[in-house]
Amino acid sequence: MGYAETLGGTRYVFSDLKTLLARATPPRSGDRLAGVAAADMTERVAAQRALADLRLRPLIEDPVVPYEADEITRLIIDTHNPDAFAPIAAMTVGELRDWLLSDAADTAALTRLAAGLTPEIVAAVSKIMRLQDLVSVAAKCRVVTRFRNTIGLDGRLSTRLQPNHPTDDVRGIAASILDGLMLGSGDAVIGINPATDSLQKYLELTRFLDQLRERLDLPGQGCVLAHVTTAIAAIEHGAPVDLVFQSVAGTEAANRHFGVDLALLREAREAALSLGRGSIGTNVMYFETGQGSALSAEAHHDVDQQTLEARAYAVARAFDPLLVNSVVGFIGPEYLFDGKEIIRAGLEDHFCGKLLGLPMGCDVCYTNHAEADQDDMDALLTLLGVAGCTYIMGVPGADDVMLSYQSSSFHDALYLRRVLDKRPAPEFETWLERMGIADAYGNLIGPERTDIAAAPLRRLLAALE
Amino acid sequence: MSNDRALSWPALRHATPARIGLGRRGAGLPTAAHLDFQLAHARARDAVHAPFDAKTVAARVRDCGLEPILLRSAARDRLIYLRRPDLGRRLDTESRERLIARPKSPIDIAFVIADGLSATAVHAHAGALLAATLDRLDPALCIGPVAIVEGGRVAIGDEIGGILGAALAAVLIGERPGLSAADSLGVYVTWQPAPGTVDSARNCLSNIHAAGLPIVHAAERLAALLKAARDYRMTGVALGQRLAAVASPQIDQGG
Repeated sequence: MGYAETLGGTRYVFSDLKTLLARATPPRSGDRLAGVAAADMTERVAAQRALADLRLRPLIEDPVVPYEADEITRLIIDTHNPDAFAPIAAMTVGELRDWLLSDAADTAALTRLAAGLTPEIVAAVSKIMRLQDLVSVAAKCRVVTRFRNTIGLDGRLSTRLQPNHPTDDVRGIAASILDGLMLGSGDAVIGINPATDSLQKYLELTRFLDQLRERLDLPGQGCVLAHVTTAIAAIEHGAPVDLVFQSVAGTEAANRHFGVDLALLREAREAALSLGRGSIGTNVMYFETGQGSALSAEAHHDVDQQTLEARAYAVARAFDPLLVNSVVGFIGPEYLFDGKEIIRAGLEDHFCGKLLGLPMGCDVCYTNHAEADQDDMDALLTLLGVAGCTYIMGVPGADDVMLSYQSSSFHDALYLRRVLDKRPAPEFETWLERMGIADAYGNLIGPERTDIAAAPLRRLLAALE
Repeated sequence: MSNDRALSWPALRHATPARIGLGRRGAGLPTAAHLDFQLAHARARDAVHAPFDAKTVAARVRDCGLEPILLRSAARDRLIYLRRPDLGRRLDTESRERLIARPKSPIDIAFVIADGLSATAVHAHAGALLAATLDRLDPALCIGPVAIVEGGRVAIGDEIGGILGAALAAVLIGERPGLSAADSLGVYVTWQPAPGTVDSARNCLSNIHAAGLPIVHAAERLAALLKAARDYRMTGVALGQRLAAVASPQIDQGG
C-alpha cells in the first residue's frame, strides 16, 4: 500500500510504510548509508506531512518487518494491549503528537497508555517532533524500578558507575569505583564492561562486586556486562549475580548477530530471578541498545535505524528490566555523524523508551572519529536531565580507558544534579550521608582542593579491610 | 580484599590509567584536568584528520627494497570517508585500472599500507614495522609491490590482494585514535584475499605503538602470524583455533 503527498504541484510517492517512515526521519548518516533517507529536505517534510495524516492502526497492522519472518514483530503484535490503545485508536500520528503535548496527557494518562503503544507508533510520532517536544513529553513520563534501591522517582537522577579497566585489573577497577562513590555515583548500578568475555573473569568480577557491596553495606547492585550465556553459566556455578546484562536490537536477525533470541533472554531472566537477590524488587535485567546496530549487522530490512531502535525497546519491555540505555554515540559517524545527530538521537531514544514504559537512561557519548566534543555532550546531558532521564553513566574523567570512547563523568552527574536540583536514589542518598560523603541535602561534603576527601575515603577503605 | 597494601589509596591509584582523583571545583573539573582532557581529544581529532603523506611512506617502502604503488579509495575526501565506510573498502576507478594493467607475477605476501583512521599512526610506525617484519621473513618469499592507499579501510586489502593475485595480504592501517594514544597501528592478515571476505576470515594485531605493543614485538608476532597462515593455508577464526590446538599463545585473533 502506497502513500503520497502533493506539495506545490510536486507529487511525492512513498511505496510502503517503512519507506514513508524512513523518508520522514530527521537526517542522519546511517539512513543515508542504508540508502533509505529522503533525497532532500522537501521530500522529508512531504513524508512527515503524509505520516502526520496516517491513522495509528496501520502502524500496528502493517508491520515494517513481516510477522512471519521476525519474532520481534510477533512479540510486538501479540503483546499489544487493545484496551490501553483504545483512547488513541482513532487518532492519526499528527493527532497523537498534539495529544501527547496537551495537558490531558499527564503522568497517569501516559502510564496507562504505555501498553497500548508499539515501537512503530512512538517512532512515527517522534519523527514529527522537535527536540523540545521530545523533552516535554518524556518529562511527563514516570517509570520506577527496584532491585536494592528505587530508581526513577520524581526529582531523582541516578548513575551507572562504569569503572572499566583495560586488563580487568581488580585493584584498578576498585580505584575507579571508590573515586566514583566519593563523587556520589553508582546508585543505578556498578557495571563493569570486562575486557575479556570469559566465564572465569565474569566469576571473579561478580564475586568482587558482591564482596565490595556487602562490606560497604551499599544499597545498590552490581553487574558484569558480558554475554547473557556467560551470565547463565555463572549462575549455574553459584555466582552472586545481581543483574543480567545483554545488548539487544530491533530485529530477530540483528539479535541473532548478538547471539541471542527471546527464549534465551527468558531463560536468563528466570535464572537471575531464581537467585532471589533483590531486597526490594525483582527487576533483574539490564539492556543496552543503540541506533545503527541492525544496519551494522546487515539485519535492517531496509527500515530506518530509529524505528528499529524503538523496536529494541519492545524486546527490553518484555523482561521488566531495572535499567535500559541507548549507547547513543558509540557506534560511530557512519550512523550518527556529528554532535547534532547524536543529540537528536539521544533524545529520540529516551522519549521512545519512556513512552513505552521503560526505565530509560542514556550513555551520553562519542568516539574520536565523530564530529563531536565535550560541548555537544554537555548539551545532550543537560537536555536529557530536563527530559527526566532516569540515569546516565559515570566514567572517571569521561574517558573510558577500556572501550576507548568518551562518556559522561562523575562530575557531569554532579553538575546535572546541582543545576536541576536532582538527587540520587533515596536509599543511596541515605548511604552517602551515613558514609560522610554527602550531607542531608545531597551536597558533597569533601574538600574540593584535595583530589579525594580523606576522611570518608578512609572510612570506605576501612570497611573493605 | 584482605591485603592491606592493596587497599592504600596510592596503590589503588597506580593500578589504573583511568582519570581518577581529579578533584572538583563545585561540580566542575579543575582547570588543569579540563585542559589535559582537551589536549588528548585535540590530538586524537588531529590524527583522524591529518593529511596522509603517501610520498614519505613510499620512500620508506623503497628503503626496504620494495616497490611502492600509490592508490586511492573511492572515498574522495575525509568527510565522505567517515560517512561511507563502503567507499573506503574499494579502489577508485583510476587506481583499479592502473593496478589491473600491471604485469602479473606470483606473489606470496602483498603488504598494503592504508591511512585508516590515523595517518599519524601510519607516518610514525608503518615503515618501521614493515622493515622489522621483512627482516624476520624467509628471504625466499616473493613479496609483492606495496600498495599505499589514501582513504582506505581494512577490506580494501581484499580488492588489492585479489588483483595482484597474492596468496596472503597484510594491511597495515591507522586505528581509531583514543585519548591515550593517537598513533596506534593495526595489522590485518587475510589468506587468499578477494572482495567479499568476511572479517572472521582475518587475523589481527592491534594497539601497535610505543606504549602499547612495541614495533619489535609486533614484527615478531606478525612474522609468526604470516608463517602460520602460509603453513596452514588459512587465516581467521579457523587459524586461531588451529593455533590454539597446537598451543601457540603469541598470535592474536579477531579484528
